Amino acid sequence: MLTKRIIPCLDVQDGRVVKGTSFVQLRDAGDPVELASFYYREGADELVFLDISATPEGRETMADVVERISEEVFMPLTVGGGLRSTIDMRRMLRAGADKVAVNSAAVLTPVLISDGADKFGSQCIVVAIDAKRITSSEKPRWEVYIYSGQKPTGIDVLSWARQVVELGAGELLLTSMDADGHQAGYDIELTRAVSEAVPVPVIASGGAGTLEDIYQALIAGKADAVLAASIFHYGIYSIGETKEYLDRRGIPIRI
Amino acid sequence: MIVIIDYGAGNLRSVLNAVTRLGYQPRITNSPNEVLNAQAVILPGVGAAADTMESLRRLGLASPIREIIANGRPFFGVCIGLQVLVTGTEEGGWHECLGAIAGTVRKLPSGLKIPHMGWNQVKQRVSHPVFGGIPDGANFYFVHSYYVEPDDESLVAGETDYGIPICSVIATGNLVATQFHPEKSGEFGIKMYSNFLKMAIAGRQD
Repeated sequence: MLTKRIIPCLDVQDGRVVKGTSFVQLRDAGDPVELASFYYREGADELVFLDISATPEGRETMADVVERISEEVFMPLTVGGGLRSTIDMRRMLRAGADKVAVNSAAVLTPVLISDGADKFGSQCIVVAIDAKRITSSEKPRWEVYIYSGQKPTGIDVLSWARQVVELGAGELLLTSMDADGHQAGYDIELTRAVSEAVPVPVIASGGAGTLEDIYQALIAGKADAVLAASIFHYGIYSIGETKEYLDRRGIPIRI
Repeated sequence: MIVIIDYGAGNLRSVLNAVTRLGYQPRITNSPNEVLNAQAVILPGVGAAADTMESLRRLGLASPIREIIANGRPFFGVCIGLQVLVTGTEEGGWHECLGAIAGTVRKLPSGLKIPHMGWNQVKQRVSHPVFGGIPDGANFYFVHSYYVEPDDESLVAGETDYGIPICSVIATGNLVATQFHPEKSGEFGIKMYSNFLKMAIAGRQD
């Protein structure tokens, strides 16, 4: 039976992990290679790296980082952040990434999704969607935001999710902007709505505070995978603890 | 010489990294001659079987691959590298593949998420050196939308449940092929390459 995936997410700027971690075991908690190896040994199922570098030099560094990580870590790697063309995608895939995630660029140029899927296969193309609940709507509805959540687009999340899959996305990374950073649980309604709307796997992101939150995202939210940053980086829960908990609750998980 | 076939696509670097980690110095090649003379050949792959076949034919690699398999030389196919071994694929209409094994590539049944993406268990149906040190039911990383159905069911060495039982490993003599990605499957994945390469080198003719 296919297991549910637990995915730590690392934000990388100019080759360094930002939002410092508090692992005393590590010599250098800002080194993405060391952190990736740590999570690999801990039993993470996959890793996501978001490059938040603002400069071309910073992004160039990211390709080197991916290259070094893929030499040490034998698990799936997804890289996102600042990828605007199939040339950018190719650079990351050649460096050793298995998947590339696009967000704003996909909204601005949807053909990037189909071009990427044609060139590298749908399984490589993750579309990241930042969703914010429309409070004025009676029915639950969410709007797509771009530029790291700075800019509303007027696009409905569910129709965008269907459209990107139609264009060739092989997986969705769905972040609730309302829940993100609050550690009060994933937006279950959003996660379930998107997961039921598309035939491809959905990674739930934003809001993990407890192991129960993760359980709910997988069960009530019907997510195929969960992504979390703070709870893992700050050592609130280890990957092992998380997996044992989910296993005990009857979720298929790789121990 | 251990060679990894480079046909312009695929997860070449990850496979190279995995084999290098084991202390081997594999050579990346698209030369038919080097493939024919290799001690062990690894064919990595992601994408579609038909595209891969097209590239293999264009590079003159289809016949050498058929030949080494027919001669029982060590060969390891990964993902699409498994799918291209059979008679043909239904992906995007019927496309002929290498035909080293009688069988068909079919689309995964609808109802579950496609692609089949993530870690899933491999049930070992036969005893083969490539499974050495790997527990029955160990998890491996899959990402695919099509699967291989060999005509001869006894060729299925490893089986994985995704709504239906799918063939996840073929292992017969020196021919090994997996639907999952050993190079992305942690230490058990690396162990499979290690087992295969040990087997290949122990059994060398030269």
